[in-house]
Amino acid sequence: MNVVIVGAGPAGLAAAEHALRAGARVTVLDQAETPGGQYHRMLPEVYAARRPDRIQHGRAEFDRRRRVLAHPRCRWWPGSTVWAFDRAEKRVHVLRGPSDGSGRRRLTLVPDALILATGAHDRTLPFPGWELPGVYTAGAAQALAKGERVAIGGRVLVAGAGPFLLPVAESLLGVGAEVVAVLEANPASTVRKGWSSRPWRLAAHAGKAGELVRYAATLARHRVPYLMGRAVIEARGADRVREVVTAKLRADWSVVPGTERTYEVDAVCVGHGFSPQPELAVAAGCVLDDGFVRVDTVQQTTVDGVFAAGEITGIGGAITAAAEGAVAGRAAAGGTPDAALLRARDRARTFAERLAVAHPIGPAWRSWLREDTIVCRCEETTYGELTRATEDESCPGPHALKLGTRAGLGPCQGRICGPTVAELCGGAERHHRPIVQPIRLGELAARIEGEPE
Amino acid sequence: MSGWLLPRDRDPVGRTDRPIRITVDGEPVTGIEGQSVAGMLLAAGRTSWRTTRSGAPRGVFCGIGACFDCLLTVNDVPDVRACRRPAADGDEVRTQSREETA
Ligand SMILES: Cc1cc2nc3c(=O)[nH]c(=O)nc-3n(C[C@H](O)[C@H](O)[C@H](O)COP(=O)(O)OP(=O)(O)OC[C@H]3O[C@@H](n4cnc5c(N)ncnc54)[C@H](O)[C@@H]3O)c2cc1C
Ligand code: FES
Repeated sequence: MNVVIVGAGPAGLAAAEHALRAGARVTVLDQAETPGGQYHRMLPEVYAARRPDRIQHGRAEFDRRRRVLAHPRCRWWPGSTVWAFDRAEKRVHVLRGPSDGSGRRRLTLVPDALILATGAHDRTLPFPGWELPGVYTAGAAQALAKGERVAIGGRVLVAGAGPFLLPVAESLLGVGAEVVAVLEANPASTVRKGWSSRPWRLAAHAGKAGELVRYAATLARHRVPYLMGRAVIEARGADRVREVVTAKLRADWSVVPGTERTYEVDAVCVGHGFSPQPELAVAAGCVLDDGFVRVDTVQQTTVDGVFAAGEITGIGGAITAAAEGAVAGRAAAGGTPDAALLRARDRARTFAERLAVAHPIGPAWRSWLREDTIVCRCEETTYGELTRATEDESCPGPHALKLGTRAGLGPCQGRICGPTVAELCGGAERHHRPIVQPIRLGELAARIEGEPE
Repeated sequence: MSGWLLPRDRDPVGRTDRPIRITVDGEPVTGIEGQSVAGMLLAAGRTSWRTTRSGAPRGVFCGIGACFDCLLTVNDVPDVRACRRPAADGDEVRTQSREETA
């Protein structure tokens, strides 16, 4: 069996390990230069860090996990972007070389089984001023601090929903930024309800609980307030963010009038959970539910021979991603995942369900929007334009809506605004992008090379 | 104040810095090998380097290649995501505009 795995995050690496154990030949590729994905983010090798463990939690586990890439039956391709999947011939199209370069090598692979482990990116709900320079996703702050040691600003506010805000704040403190506050939009009652019903089911994630306690201690040591039921509802500044307005929220995320507070900042980072990156799964013809790739008990998608694992099947953190990857790897290699692997995966999924209940997105977030608030960052489509187009009976349907307002038609192809536009306009999100990742015309015209040995 | 690169002597990871230099619209910007073009620009105090259709400034937003807000031109190749491109010594970077002239 030849198994190709797209993505070398926790899901992809676990998949490789278990596919190898089941006897397959494995190719792992990732567009990044280093393995690890978003969770095990590595410093550039040229930094020659002597103590990388000081910022990379679970470093020992990662070192063990990445060793699979050196296995004799494993081929590791860093700097390799899968830009298309040919459904009829089951052909994986790859570009190797510097990101967005012009002279990358074009190659194709025809695997017996394909495992998609392409992960997710931050979801950020729009608010007035979120397009100003100096407003970042929480993940951007994390990627720059942890992956390069760059601080996005001197005085930073961290806001949004979910436990991910805590490691982000920790990383910012670690590169010398002042974190003025961390705001969780959900009130304490919502968070408590999600996490503490049937707490014994969390026993498997005792490690996670310890991690949270450590973050809390770090915030306390730096006197960073952690406030629940509060959110950023506006960013202000002419050329870049200078101040942010926060407000107290009710459980449905409607603003409690008169509770506004202004912070002077030079950066703000906001994350409201994550959006999956299912483009390749869509290209392969896999069915999605609510944006996530549908999988069966052994992580097979609705397409024979195509498996999916990690955040593209549901948001549940690195442990869940790895547990799913293990099952997918075994099954894709033609093996039968044993009961222990399946049990570990199911337990991890319970954690994911809890996460979703404890940190939901409240429907009344729309009340932050104004007529002129930008929703699609690329095409600068405003909330007003979108609502007018939705009410216009001469152009019904999501397609006409897109053409009429250009929402989702810019360079990012709706990756950022897609879920928001779908929610605001009551339509399903359209993930179909014929080209998964951008390719230059010159590269497209180049002769395709077959699979190299 | 704006962004910065944590100085080596204050960084507990114990790194080795190899200085590099790029130009941005002809102006020199210094950084260290391994940084992304976006990281170098942020650390040099720039928060934006692209303008949208309406002329509004943009820089980094997602930091991992999903939003395409950070596009710029590297060595005459346009539309390179600054957050995904490792900077190389001597790179000539130019800012970009999608501004529509009415
Ligand atoms: C910016 C960011 C930072 C995060 N930081 C943390 C953190 O510090 N702590 C935490 O608990 N959780 C963090 N998360 C959550 C994290 O995504 C998950 O918990 C975990 O990493 C998911 O694992 P995964 O294997 O599903 O996906 P990922 O780890 O995201 O791995 C997916 C991999 O697929 C590759 N890929 C995607 N598309 C292609 C393609 N077309 N061609 C080639 N390669 C491709 C990507 O480069 C990536 O390496 C972060 C998420 C984001 C978006
Ligand atoms: S910052 Fe989003 S693509 Fe670079």
